[in-house]
Amino acid sequence: MTSPYPIVTMIVILAAALTLAAGLIWVERRLLALWQDRYGPNRVGPFGLLQVLADMIKIFFKEDWIPPFADKAVFIVAPAVILVTVLMSFAVVPFAPGIIISDLNVGLLFVLGMSSLGVYSVVLAGWASENKYALLGGVRAAAQMMSYEVFMGLALMGVVLLAGSFNLTSIVTAQRHVWFVVPQFIGFVLFLIAGVAETRRLPFDLPEAESELIAGFHSEYSGMKFGMFFVGEYLGVILISCLITILFFGGWLGPVLPPIVWFLIKMMFFICFFILLRAALPRPRFDQLMSWGWKVMLPLALANLLVTGAVALVWSS
Amino acid sequence: MLSMIRTIWYVFLHMFHRRVTVQYPDEQPYLAPRYRGRIILSRDPDGGERCVACYLCAAACPVDCIALQATEDSTGRRYPEFFRINFSRCIFCGFCEEACPTYAIQLTPDFEMSEYQRPNLVYEKEDLLISGPGKYPGYNFWRVSGVQIGGKDKGEAENEGRPVDLHSLLP
Amino acid sequence: MNMATVYVDNRAYEMDEKQNLLEGCLRLGMDLPYFCWHPAMGSVGACRQCAVKQFRDEKDERGRIVMACMTPAAAGTRISIRDPEAVEFRKAVIEGLMLNHPHDCPVCDEGGECHLQDMTVMTGHDYRRYTFEKRTFRNQYLGPFLNHEMNRCIQCYRCVRFYREYAGGNDLNAFALRNIVFFGRDRDGVLENEFAGNLVEVCPTGVFTDATLKRHYTRKWDMEMAPSVCVHCGLGCNITAAGRYGTLRRLVNRYNGEVNGYFLCDRGRFGYEFVNSERRIRQPLIEGKAVSAEAALARLGELTSGRVIGVGSPRATLESNFALRAMVGADRFFAGISGTEARLLKLMLEVLRGPARTPSLREIEASDAVFILGEDVTNVAPRMALSLRQSVRQQPMEIAERLHIPVWMDHAVREAVQEKKGPLFTASVSATRLDDIAAGTYRGAPDDLARLGFAVAHALNSEAPAPAGLPESARDFVKEAAEALKAAKRPLIVSGASLASAAIIEAAANVAWALAGSMLAFTATESNSMGLAMMEAPALDAAQAAHADTIIILENDLFRRLPEAEQFLERFRHVVVVDYLENATTAKAELVLPAAPFAEADGTLVNSEGRAQRFFQALPPPAPVKESWRWLGSWDKLDDIVEALARAIPPLAAVTRAAPPASFRMSGAKVPRQPHRYSGRTAMLANISVHEPKPPADPDSPLAFSMEGNPDQPPGALQPFFWTPGWNSIQAVNKFQEEIAGPLRGGDPGVRILEAGEGTPRFFEDIPAAFEPRAEEWLVVPLHHIFGSEELSRHAPAVSQLAPPPYIALNPEDAARFGDEAEMLGQRFPLKRLAELPRGVAGVPAGVPPFAGLEFPMWSRILQAP
Repeated sequence: MTSPYPIVTMIVILAAALTLAAGLIWVERRLLALWQDRYGPNRVGPFGLLQVLADMIKIFFKEDWIPPFADKAVFIVAPAVILVTVLMSFAVVPFAPGIIISDLNVGLLFVLGMSSLGVYSVVLAGWASENKYALLGGVRAAAQMMSYEVFMGLALMGVVLLAGSFNLTSIVTAQRHVWFVVPQFIGFVLFLIAGVAETRRLPFDLPEAESELIAGFHSEYSGMKFGMFFVGEYLGVILISCLITILFFGGWLGPVLPPIVWFLIKMMFFICFFILLRAALPRPRFDQLMSWGWKVMLPLALANLLVTGAVALVWSS
Repeated sequence: MLSMIRTIWYVFLHMFHRRVTVQYPDEQPYLAPRYRGRIILSRDPDGGERCVACYLCAAACPVDCIALQATEDSTGRRYPEFFRINFSRCIFCGFCEEACPTYAIQLTPDFEMSEYQRPNLVYEKEDLLISGPGKYPGYNFWRVSGVQIGGKDKGEAENEGRPVDLHSLLP
Repeated sequence: MNMATVYVDNRAYEMDEKQNLLEGCLRLGMDLPYFCWHPAMGSVGACRQCAVKQFRDEKDERGRIVMACMTPAAAGTRISIRDPEAVEFRKAVIEGLMLNHPHDCPVCDEGGECHLQDMTVMTGHDYRRYTFEKRTFRNQYLGPFLNHEMNRCIQCYRCVRFYREYAGGNDLNAFALRNIVFFGRDRDGVLENEFAGNLVEVCPTGVFTDATLKRHYTRKWDMEMAPSVCVHCGLGCNITAAGRYGTLRRLVNRYNGEVNGYFLCDRGRFGYEFVNSERRIRQPLIEGKAVSAEAALARLGELTSGRVIGVGSPRATLESNFALRAMVGADRFFAGISGTEARLLKLMLEVLRGPARTPSLREIEASDAVFILGEDVTNVAPRMALSLRQSVRQQPMEIAERLHIPVWMDHAVREAVQEKKGPLFTASVSATRLDDIAAGTYRGAPDDLARLGFAVAHALNSEAPAPAGLPESARDFVKEAAEALKAAKRPLIVSGASLASAAIIEAAANVAWALAGSMLAFTATESNSMGLAMMEAPALDAAQAAHADTIIILENDLFRRLPEAEQFLERFRHVVVVDYLENATTAKAELVLPAAPFAEADGTLVNSEGRAQRFFQALPPPAPVKESWRWLGSWDKLDDIVEALARAIPPLAAVTRAAPPASFRMSGAKVPRQPHRYSGRTAMLANISVHEPKPPADPDSPLAFSMEGNPDQPPGALQPFFWTPGWNSIQAVNKFQEEIAGPLRGGDPGVRILEAGEGTPRFFEDIPAAFEPRAEEWLVVPLHHIFGSEELSRHAPAVSQLAPPPYIALNPEDAARFGDEAEMLGQRFPLKRLAELPRGVAGVPAGVPPFAGLEFPMWSRILQAP
């Protein structure tokens, strides 16, 4: 089902993802404002839409500053890593039949692998900054992402079991009758939480935690290098939303409307939900975060997998 | 867990609340008469400068943005030789107004003081002094205070007796 | 000290038995309000403010209200400060005192450092319930130093007690009666007493305020302050110099238990305004034209490449003198004083290294018999006269002791003592201000005074030589003085060089040496006369012979030193002057470098006691002005030059200990010069630039030009101002002393570098012949004036108002043949008839042009004015 014009698809998806990521900045600010009884950016262009453009111009023209005490090479590489890994993940995401760059048969594993690699970016950024706050942020990120990745993978195994495939397209098509959110509700909740933690979004933004760590791992970053972290984060949000849509909500499947529209509607819904979480929930303490991950989420994920496996075994036999 | 979901729901409901933002400058906000904006120096009901250069406003100022120098006219009436407020430092806390024993320094409902050059935010006495008594129309420090100034001899202040005749032995 | 256990609010404390409860409580750091008590003047129990409740014993629950200042701290005394009745009593007393207080704190100069404000807050009185009329007074003109605002008076009587009983004035008094008691003079006029300025600090509120401060008024909390030392005479009284907006605003007393205690003289207090004078040199000048510092230094380099000599100064610091000495070489450095003065200073120094100890002012106060030989102390070293005035109270104090009246119970002591005074003998050319307390006075020409001194010495010890043919009038004086001195426990001889007579100094030395255990105090006319003498440089007459192209003159007006200064300067092709005020010498200079006066400089001065004291910048010197030692040397820090100086000149080795070094820190922080309420930091310079400049760094001292730093009490030598919570006035000093009226915590500032030697020196034998008046000539002697004789204070407007115009003083019989004017040195002067002046002697005001540079004593013709 791979697209007949891979290069074109590639460019279109890349452009769309990046534009969406940039647009999300505006969306997030407007939505947050809405939920806080404010307006948000509404002065530049219609509905303040050009605010994004203004911010982009600003960030591109900022001085490219590397602190003299930083580990220069690593400092430069770190932001690139996150952008690359997230963008790579998009390669296996089936937006609609035919709109996919590479229909890998281990697509889901690829995505999980890439998101694990993304941790390096944060850890290296924290390390290379030679700044105690950045280092603390990096260490937190490492611990947090390792912990949450474990059950994130486990939570998805239920889906894989039901679909019988790691191929994302197959998983979507397997939901023709019922979305996996129904049989795999616990898996969905676990993945949602792990996804938030994985993208370091509020309320799980402990690696940044302004009130404690200034800006955590990217304290020393400015200009476009900071911009890459920023865009990387929004791409991560998009990616996780895509994955939720694909794995639990039937991907592009839906009546009447064209598949891509269905996909985008579902994806946007989850993006908005992510922003709502930010508006509503306070940040937990780090020890709470860790004990949640290991003592609640991991056993739950294992139990879910066990039950799903048992049921699937009984079903098939 | 349940409370978190409830919180999310309540925050979501805020979507349908009225927005509190005032669309300044399209829409001018209401400023109460006691709003703490731009600082002025007022005059007493007789038109004289109210400030007696006691330095209390300067001492009360948490950002130390008031500087002045006291001087006296030939009759003994004290006034500031210069009075400078650096509004680029002012935090409009109103402590100066609280400290002022003569109601001279007052904060006004005006906050539109943006400037492109910081030096333009340094106001001297000529910029601060208004021609009226501001919020306190009746008060005149010199009428109450027991010092002698031009036009008010010893013993002519409110609640004061005539100066004592030291050469009298009468009880 | 006998300690007694006293219970305050049921807790046991140790108090000195000899003190009263108020002193005891204050020493322990308790807050007990008071008005009429003053640590130097004792208690009279007039204000009723320090009321506490006293209990008979533990079981006594009723107690009775007593005045803490009138109750001795006897063992076992039980009092309560917090007792509700006592609290209510104190509040009621202050409410009464405030009935007539005018509503004028905002325009009162005392506001912010007002003892009455502090005490009112302390007692909690905050609302005037009395609604009837306030009593008012008319003010008086009291001279250029003090303002009078009688409405503020609370009738504590401190002013008249200080003025009349402590300082010996008689033109300030309490008038009228009842609730209209008025403190002032009988009519408008300048207060006569030389210590009237202390009323600013003695008055607990704003009745007497500093008139010089009013002209550039600043609140205490807004002043940048530093510990400083007075430069207007040789006593080195400690002062707090305070500035703002780059000008010196005022001086207040800085307590030093050994030196000035609580009081200053008016010359010291009000002479500071020369720092703000129009005549200040603020730019380097080459041929009278302002140039940059670089250009000036380049020119200095050129001029000093050849043969150079340096002329130091007795009003420049040790550091500045040493910098010049190091620059030109020790053999080419000359003390900037006349040969006569140098010889006299050297003689005094030698004498003081003999067995007689030089006393501090505290010791002078405690001496019980005084012989003043040849000096008019009030006009030469004024603060010493105030101490001498207290010394006559020492002997009669035995009466009070016999009656078991404690020393501090001032009124009772005075009632017991009545008019009895201890022995104080004055011998001088003319009347002095101490004559009113003298047991005997003697007038004579300088040589006759010396002969009198020799005679007293002989009467005390027959080994001392006796003058032949002493006049009858002197014999009784000699006998009485010798007996009094012999009977005394702590006898003191005071003399000095103000009559420029070596014989007087020798005579004084003989008296001191003839009497074992006596103390010998010499006055010095300038702030560092003694320090310069210790540098042992040859005087100006030696410089006459030196061959040089360039002369560098340090903070010195040679026209006040030499009669023929003009010719002296002409001998040099290049004249370089480092000074802060324009004068005749700077006018002759090719290159003038702007030096920093005391308020803008760091340095060390040695006072007439031989105490080296450090003073610090109250204001950062406005560039390019800097300390003379910075112009003349390449030392980065004060400590470096002080160390170099201590190494190079052994007698001055101890000056390194005069104050803690610049590296001194308290809890890692510097001592802030600004009080924590200092205001206007972000606005005071905003008219020049809105970007606040960094505070000036101070590499020379542990003090910072900032309000940031350690607010704890630093050692006394670094104490920039006296303030503790609740005590904004100078009365806060109680909390800085180890004992009330005792030394500051950690010791009084300064280090004595002159101590008496061992052994018995040989008496001076060189007795001058008796004075013989001449037919057409008069022996001209300098008559010193507290206001006018000193060079720097003459430039302070308030002091200069009281400076005398030039005159010639003659005995009325000598003056009979002249009219109102006479001619001397080719000029006409008004004639002053002084009955006390011996015949054949003429007096002229010292330091007043054109008499400033003359060599005294000299014989001069006085002619009928044409």
